[in-house]
Amino acid sequence: MDASSGLAPHPHAEHDPHHHGDGHDHHELPFWRKWIISTDHKVIGIQYGITGLLFLFFGFSLMMLMRWQLAYPGEALPVIGHWLGSFFGPGSMPDGKMTPEFYNSLGAMHGTIMIFLGIVPIAFAAFGNFVVPLQIGAPDMTFPKINMASYQAFFVGGVVMLISFFVPGGAAKGGWTSYTPLAVISDTGPAYHPFWNGQSLWLVGFILLITSSLLGAVNFIATIIQLRAKGMTWMRLPFFVWSQFVTAFLLLLAFPPLESAVVMQLMDRLAGTSFFMPSGLVVNGAPVQISGGGSPLLWQHLFWFLGHPEVYVLILPGMGIVAEIIANNTRKPLWGYKSLVFAALVLGFLSFIVWAHHMWLTGMGNVVSAFFQTTTMIISIPSVIILSAFFISLWGGSIRFNVPMLFATAFLPMFGIGGLTGIPLAFNSADLYLHDTYYVIAHFHYIVAPGTIFAVFAGIYFWFPKATGRMMSEFWGKVHFWPSLICMNVIFLPMFLQGMLGMHRRWYDGGQGWTLAGEKVWGMSGFEWNGPISIAAWIMGLAQIPFIINFFWSMKYGKKVNDNPWEATTLEWTAPSPPPHGNFAKTPTVYRGPYEYSLPGRETDFTMQDEPMRDSDRKAYEAAAAVHH
Amino acid sequence: MDIPYTVTARPDTGLWNAKVGIWLFLASEVMLFGGLFSAYVFLRLDAAPGDWPHGLLNVPVGTMNTAILIASSVTVVMAWASLKMRRFARYKLYMGITILCGVIFLAVKLAYEWPEKFVHFGAHIKTEALEKYEPYLGNKHLLAKGHEPRNKITGHLHNHDALHDPNIHEFEIALDQVNADPTNPDSDRPHFWPVHATDKIAHVDKKDVKFAGMFLPNFNTYFATYFTITGLHGLHVLGGVLVFIYLWLPVGANLYKRNPEHLANRVEVAGLFWHFVDLVWIFVFPLFYLL
Repeated sequence: MDASSGLAPHPHAEHDPHHHGDGHDHHELPFWRKWIISTDHKVIGIQYGITGLLFLFFGFSLMMLMRWQLAYPGEALPVIGHWLGSFFGPGSMPDGKMTPEFYNSLGAMHGTIMIFLGIVPIAFAAFGNFVVPLQIGAPDMTFPKINMASYQAFFVGGVVMLISFFVPGGAAKGGWTSYTPLAVISDTGPAYHPFWNGQSLWLVGFILLITSSLLGAVNFIATIIQLRAKGMTWMRLPFFVWSQFVTAFLLLLAFPPLESAVVMQLMDRLAGTSFFMPSGLVVNGAPVQISGGGSPLLWQHLFWFLGHPEVYVLILPGMGIVAEIIANNTRKPLWGYKSLVFAALVLGFLSFIVWAHHMWLTGMGNVVSAFFQTTTMIISIPSVIILSAFFISLWGGSIRFNVPMLFATAFLPMFGIGGLTGIPLAFNSADLYLHDTYYVIAHFHYIVAPGTIFAVFAGIYFWFPKATGRMMSEFWGKVHFWPSLICMNVIFLPMFLQGMLGMHRRWYDGGQGWTLAGEKVWGMSGFEWNGPISIAAWIMGLAQIPFIINFFWSMKYGKKVNDNPWEATTLEWTAPSPPPHGNFAKTPTVYRGPYEYSLPGRETDFTMQDEPMRDSDRKAYEAAAAVHH
Repeated sequence: MDIPYTVTARPDTGLWNAKVGIWLFLASEVMLFGGLFSAYVFLRLDAAPGDWPHGLLNVPVGTMNTAILIASSVTVVMAWASLKMRRFARYKLYMGITILCGVIFLAVKLAYEWPEKFVHFGAHIKTEALEKYEPYLGNKHLLAKGHEPRNKITGHLHNHDALHDPNIHEFEIALDQVNADPTNPDSDRPHFWPVHATDKIAHVDKKDVKFAGMFLPNFNTYFATYFTITGLHGLHVLGGVLVFIYLWLPVGANLYKRNPEHLANRVEVAGLFWHFVDLVWIFVFPLFYLL
């Protein structure tokens, strides 16, 4: 190991009067300055991470409740049912039995919370904030105060979403997509407050979350453009940084149209406008007193203009994390780095012109459908390039199967299943049959749940030692991994089946009343498959307990490690663990690409980015270039 | 800890941080207003014949506001140039004029243009009743000339109680010029100059009315888009003015003494935002006032 890592001298922070240059002393600032209103990118990353994990578990818990209703419709939830009924108020679970309205709230809020308060904050904001400045050799983000404001807007937005569970009538019920005109007329009427109702608060919460993501995205892009260390050229950036760069552009440009749509829906609800309300709308047998003339399709276009890039917002950071971990644990350079970079850029660009493939059944017309069908086919190419590059990277490596690598390896086939099952949905003829069924649920959950969430877990196990200076337990990591992997598949594989039986994704009774759901597959009807799925979901909930305990226990008692426990090559591993405010003792200089593993002529099998060139390196590079040409 | 390139440019990108930041922010703003303008296009294309009104806004006042905003975009550049030349007194003057322009723009919008709409009444007539109100609508005359039909009667409402009281069965409206004299060729095309309500009174049976109300956002999709876009634009103008005031106050002078280039950079960034706000208005004005 070279002098820049390991026993690095304490950082000198002479510019900051609050910091006296002692990397070990974390008690210089009072708690609220260090952890509540900090402008340090690492603290903000951890804030995002922990808040996001809490929301992720909360959103998952909502689904565990729904799984009871789906497997045992109309039956009282044992043990906690009564308590939940009084917690969420009348109209939620009287006598432990879930009402249809509460079921709809759970469904809408599960989607909203998992995506916008769980995965995006963790995969993008938490990892991006913590890792990106370290990987590019920057002291912090370009705009630290804006970074802090971003987290605060996110936090308030999350609180607003939580409050909406406890207003009269409960949280939003219009699905996470809030399709109009349903979403405009829901939660209105005498039983609801005109503003303090589920759907209106959902919209207000969204405005805050979009503000937060805007501030974050500007910061990420500006940081990557402006604060790369000397020698950190674009093609020397770790792939993780590229993935965050593209993700930030998606958030920057795709979210604002949804913000405009959210403002318009709020106007529809509060000012009585008709942006999304068609002429002649009749509700409960009476014409609605509005001017009409609006377009429900307009909402769908604006929503999916965000909604589709959002899919790549969810998956790209996951791919970035997996790339780092695969390179590190195969001890080889990542295969096809340039192809990966360009594939990510193309993916980002194309993700803006595929949105209407969520709308095949709206009657947009054949020309529009043909266009979006074509672009949707094309976008599978860069995704396949990325996945193939990861698979080829495994080839011939002497792989270290530690916990991060287990999760990263599992990501590959899981994401593969999710991606490939999306292809039938991309054709409008096949989608006619599968649209809005459990097939769709299975498809996108394979991408996001065992895909992105596994990548997130991989990233947590991987960068935990950098954030805390301690390792998480390998044993408990494996106890977390294997049941999670098995349960994920028991949950989502049968859903393909249910979908092909025509079971609709939003049914309150789990398909009990649907004739085709009675068809037997492997001795069980489509409806009966809900049983094993639900049980697997609850076991998966239990399987997160080892992770939670491991996470907090290891913070205090985990094995202490040096600055580079994984023997990795990128810059974050040259900083002390945990890095102090300002990150690097001396601004690093970069001499080489991000994945110089097993470089011939070196004593170790990893050569860090800030290690100066040697003659043996030049010979090795020339020899490699000769093989390629 | 200091963040590099806050004031001076990074050599290889040629930019200081805030300039990158503001351009990214403006890109996002383009998408925000893009979403609203695409809603305008969508709703206007979807509107039934005669549903999209013309000539309801005050073009001379709008033109004046356009001129004021463009002038302020010039003065903010002058303010920045004065700082670059290190002439602080002139900076204060030009920045002061910019602030004044922004305030006048907002005042005209909030004190005159919007309130004028709030007291103007209109009633959408049901399709089956259009015939009955032909004397006020002049649709035969319009049809002969190949123009879009009219389907609403506008003017000043005399009996305000009619809006809420179910026992009042008709609206009593002092008609606008266009409904008072519908076959006058002068009214075939929208008026660009304000025309006052006439003394002619019409009685419109509530049974024949699809939807009636003041020119508020809920009156039709035109006013919904108009109020939403000009409202959001107004908030941007307000934001810009507040930033300019902040830079104009002693905060600016103190920063100027410490590091004049830093203040110039801040004015440049705020100015870029201001140009964007100006540019949005350049789209708003023709789309709502003229077309």
